[in-house]
Amino acid sequence: MIRSIRLPLTEALSQSLHMGDNVLLSGIVYTARDAAHERMTEQLARGIPIPFDTKDAVIYYVGPSPARPGQVIGSAGPTTAGRMDKWAPQLIGLGARGMIGKGKRSPEVIEAIRRYHGVYFGAIGGAGALLARHIVKSELIAYEDLGPEAIRRLTVKDFPVTVIIDCEGNDLYELGRRSYLG
Amino acid sequence: MREIDVSRITDAVRRMCISANINLPQDMKDALLRARKQEDGPIAQTILDRIMENHALAQSGTLPICQDTGMACIFLEAGQDVHFTGGSLYDAVNEGVRLGYTEGYLRKSVERDPIRRGNTGDNTPALITVDIVPGDKVKLTVAPKGFGSENMSALKMLKPSAGLEGIKAFILETVEHAGPNPCPPIVVGVGIGGNFDHVALLAKKALLRPVDSCNPDPFYAALEEELLEEINALGIGPQGFGGRTTALGVNIEYLPTHIAGMPCAVNISCHVTRHETEVI
Repeated sequence: MIRSIRLPLTEALSQSLHMGDNVLLSGIVYTARDAAHERMTEQLARGIPIPFDTKDAVIYYVGPSPARPGQVIGSAGPTTAGRMDKWAPQLIGLGARGMIGKGKRSPEVIEAIRRYHGVYFGAIGGAGALLARHIVKSELIAYEDLGPEAIRRLTVKDFPVTVIIDCEGNDLYELGRRSYLG
Repeated sequence: MREIDVSRITDAVRRMCISANINLPQDMKDALLRARKQEDGPIAQTILDRIMENHALAQSGTLPICQDTGMACIFLEAGQDVHFTGGSLYDAVNEGVRLGYTEGYLRKSVERDPIRRGNTGDNTPALITVDIVPGDKVKLTVAPKGFGSENMSALKMLKPSAGLEGIKAFILETVEHAGPNPCPPIVVGVGIGGNFDHVALLAKKALLRPVDSCNPDPFYAALEEELLEEINALGIGPQGFGGRTTALGVNIEYLPTHIAGMPCAVNISCHVTRHETEVI
């Protein structure tokens, strides 16, 4: 039932995923939330490239709590993805077709997911201690001044997610609720 | 007159900020366990299991339950026979928050300006509410509040003609619109009455009550129960993937209000509804 996937998220991989699939991700994901998205798109407009390779990349919407000495990272669960909707279509268009977050997405994001064969994964919101156990390495790569909103390169291992929106635009929030209500 | 040195407030706030972010109150744990027993769908069951596993991991690893360790909402019920000495009470509370969030490796989530932004770096200032009550004690409550759920909260200046049906419809609409965003299963704090500003604070204070408690007024207790049932019939479920448990509880508080009004505030809180209280 549970499928393991090795990142980067190639187009072939994303096309093989379906709404509701439980997936364990291993490999590299990049953290970014509101302030980092705003800065990345501002800098793009001025011709400054995004501080990581967006091709087949997965962006994790998270602002972790600080690591205690000896820990890789603090608590690290997803933040509400909808706040990134304003900027997400542009990043998806640049190849960053995978996103991890929680909560609803806009029609524009769903359209971009469909057009570029992306995937929106959901991790359990409020389960930051559990999710942190699946992060084996954390490196700060850009925007250190943003504190918890800086961009980090995380190496994840068997990081548990569910496909909320697949590359055909099916949305688990719509269909899951409907199927429960029968 | 009893003298309390504000350094005691600083120390208590520091300790409680750390502890509240790592240990979920027992009433929330019990409510989640009850919800787990009542869920029939395998997806919802798995999510509730992981949420409970997360509590154990947070406790054993001294990690925050959730990375959004919130804005520090601090409530003081200060006895009118207490004389605070040794400095400013508000400064003492903020110092406690600063120390707690730094020493406890909690996330600093406060921006110094809502438009121009800029992280303050120590999670201050706290949001402080002081009520003066009879006696010579201080009841101190620390309630870190995350913004995934705060952002889905709403306030409406309903008119008396909207009646009870208007209140119910507004609360249900707010929860349905919130959907998966506030990390369900949620706790719904409701304030009704007062005026624009007091009703919002009332909704927040409703969240400080244990999730399994009911309003002492039978009319409001029945309304809480009815709304909980209707909210759970929405089918949003844990994390919004569909299921029985959309909310763990509905807590309603009310205040007298103006002849022309019926304000209603709905403060939504996530399954990590944190609060700790200590009496000094």
